[in-house]
Amino acid sequence: MIEIRGVRKSFGGTTVLDGVDLDIPRRNVVTVIGPSGSGKSTLLRILDFLEHADAGTIDFGDGAVDLTSTKSADIRKVRSKIGFVFQNYNLFLNKTALQNVAEGLIYAKGVKADEAKRIAREQLDRVGLADFADRYPSTLSGGQQQRVGIARAVALNPELLVLDEPTSALDPEMVNGVLEVIRQLGSDGMTMLMVTHEMRFAREASDKVVFVEGGSVVEQGSPERIFEHPEQERTREFLSSSNNVLIVPAAGSAGASS
Amino acid sequence: MDARVWGIVIDSFTKLIIPGLTVTIPLTLVSFAIGLLLAIVTALVRVAKVPVASQIAWLYVWVFRGTPLLVQLFVIFFGLPSIGVTIPALPSAVIAFSLNVGAYAAETLRGAILAVPRGQLEAGEAVNMPYVTIMRRIILPQAFRSAFPALFNTFIGLVKDTSLAANITVVEMFMAAQRVVAVYYEPLALYIEVGLIYLLFCTVLTWLQGYCERQLAKHF
Repeated sequence: MIEIRGVRKSFGGTTVLDGVDLDIPRRNVVTVIGPSGSGKSTLLRILDFLEHADAGTIDFGDGAVDLTSTKSADIRKVRSKIGFVFQNYNLFLNKTALQNVAEGLIYAKGVKADEAKRIAREQLDRVGLADFADRYPSTLSGGQQQRVGIARAVALNPELLVLDEPTSALDPEMVNGVLEVIRQLGSDGMTMLMVTHEMRFAREASDKVVFVEGGSVVEQGSPERIFEHPEQERTREFLSSSNNVLIVPAAGSAGASS
Repeated sequence: MDARVWGIVIDSFTKLIIPGLTVTIPLTLVSFAIGLLLAIVTALVRVAKVPVASQIAWLYVWVFRGTPLLVQLFVIFFGLPSIGVTIPALPSAVIAFSLNVGAYAAETLRGAILAVPRGQLEAGEAVNMPYVTIMRRIILPQAFRSAFPALFNTFIGLVKDTSLAANITVVEMFMAAQRVVAVYYEPLALYIEVGLIYLLFCTVLTWLQGYCERQLAKHF
């Protein structure tokens, strides 16, 4: 279990996260849903020290680390356990697909270059991009870039893969390819925490869904519970406003899940 | 122009091009190389806001961008001996040009580093690379590429600015031209001739710039 406790953050006078607690069971896929501006992305970025929290801890089972810490030992320890997938991919623009994946292995983990390239090829193959190893990001489609982004994060063998709206910058026809990669990682047992607006995906591929609004967790539980029997009025409102279709249990989707 | 002047112009060509190739060009290359190193350090220190060093870097840029290059040359060559620091003419010129170019290039590079999308730094942090490694492997190469035309501009400017070294007794191409003028007293033809040689140098460099930019464009 990865335990996140009491995460607080405000920008200026605005409270973005108001004491968020979250448990992520190992080998589970946890998706965070909620309206725009509810602090979902900020929460994910705080976990990887891309933003500094005002309060909060993360514990991978070997002691809680303070998310407000500025000590490089704390930061690098947590980062070594997290793989981060960005909304806008953020591939290294001056590196090929292969180099993007190998870079962290070589320069963060100290893996030898040959071995790093072997792992990188393996990971690119896993996301279906073996033939694109020598291409620069500018020559790849958004969907391809995001799959390289996922390969880059997974190659580091993280304990937790964090995905910050991985499909929301993509053209619609690219979304499914990326979701398929994520789904596959989930069934391979990767522990994941993902913010998404893809409600159908959240419902089909998650073990646990967390609804966040106004900087705090309103409700969490199994996808069936959240999508079909939400207890909180705010959850119901959000789900009905975001996509009416999803409130009605679809006969076909139950079979397609798991 | 009569045949006598043409004869002088043709005879003088080697007297000008030789100091051009043996002094002006090497002086430019060495000064620019040192200046660029200085600029990288200065820009990085300022971007990373390293305490103290960042203030020193700011002061350096402020002084060397804000005072005339000719004054800098004079202070180093004619001024410093009065406090017991005597530096020969050519090294004095190298020091002044390096410091001057370094200050300008530092600002160019700093701007280029800041213009690299923030996501590039974050992606480096997310794969847990140390800050310095992210700078060296990811940010600087991208900044350098976008700064390249501006840096080359500074480089071409320096080719011509080296003529100021004539004022501190360095026998570079312009000083050579002055000497030839003193012998033949044909200032118009000879100063135009030396101007055309500078133009030739800069034209070659402009072609080189285009070539380098095409090479850079092949990558990322």
